[in-house]
Amino acid sequence: MDIEKFILAAVTTNPKKVPSGVAVFHCDTKEEMDTITTNLEAILDGIAHALSEEIYIIVKH
Amino acid sequence: MNEYTYPIVLGIIIGTSTRIYMLRTDYRQYPTYLHGKIIHIALGFIAAGLGTLAVPSILKEDFTAVTFLTIAASQFREVRNMERNTLTELDSLELVPRGKTYIEGIAIAFESRNYLVIFTSLVTTLGYLLANIWVGLIAGVIAFFISKILMAGGKLEDIVDVEYAEPRFEGAGLYVDNIYIMNIGLPERREEVLRYGMGFILKPKNFDARSTIANLGQRQAILHDVSTALGVYRDSGTPALVPLAKRDLDDGRIGVFILPQERDVEKAIEVIGKVPTLENAIRMPTERNVMKRES
Repeated sequence: MDIEKFILAAVTTNPKKVPSGVAVFHCDTKEEMDTITTNLEAILDGIAHALSEEIYIIVKH
Repeated sequence: MNEYTYPIVLGIIIGTSTRIYMLRTDYRQYPTYLHGKIIHIALGFIAAGLGTLAVPSILKEDFTAVTFLTIAASQFREVRNMERNTLTELDSLELVPRGKTYIEGIAIAFESRNYLVIFTSLVTTLGYLLANIWVGLIAGVIAFFISKILMAGGKLEDIVDVEYAEPRFEGAGLYVDNIYIMNIGLPERREEVLRYGMGFILKPKNFDARSTIANLGQRQAILHDVSTALGVYRDSGTPALVPLAKRDLDDGRIGVFILPQERDVEKAIEVIGKVPTLENAIRMPTERNVMKRES
């Protein structure tokens, strides 16, 4: 089975809402979350998707 | 020198000229390089030779000699494989890939053009031998124009209307008109997308067109051609800045989102209109008997 898309990491200011099984980056503020997500997006070659104001996921397409 | 020499020479000249004409480099930039062109001109020359030699063989009642045309067919199928393999390898290095359907279309075109060369040189030589050089030339010119017609496929503007639509965001969702394109999380990236992005709506003119533009290969061909013609605002490591084409499930319209370096709406509409309708993407559901009865 070929998996075409997968979650590389999650970035959040609300750790309670992120499931286990994925690398999670905890942030204190929205600004910190944006900065870390920008870096992760460039490093991991994935796309940052916003699930809510509190959670970004970096997805490999 | 015998009575066949000049007819054969004329057939080869007209056939090879036809191949050179069909090899002109256009905005798709393929084939660009001299070596690529030499390969195809050489194969065109061989095709012209085969087509023209078939006529004297038939006239001399040497019918078995015509079987070498079958060898030519397998040789030109090899040309298709060669083009397919080369373009597939190169496609992985494109910022906006052509896609397999487009590559297959190009590969088929390269094979079929050699058959058109055989046809052109064959009728030229036949005209010369049955009448005179002028009849041969006229036959060659007619075959040349027939080849030109057969070579030119349909264009997207024949089956869709293209309209500009400003891309917009609803939360993290990027939309072109009411068609959802993708989710972009970072505010910084959204600003880039709005600054550089352009959206277009492709409205199918009929039910057949709706199925044709739904094809993923056809959509990728649109993105590739527009990105080639207008440039693309992206680099490796920026997967969020990717042109996309999504479908409205209700009415079959296609929302095209692109990030060109040259933001010219008129030119972009023209380029989209000139995208070839890929042979492998064409669908004609209305040709089914059931559909005909209903209409």
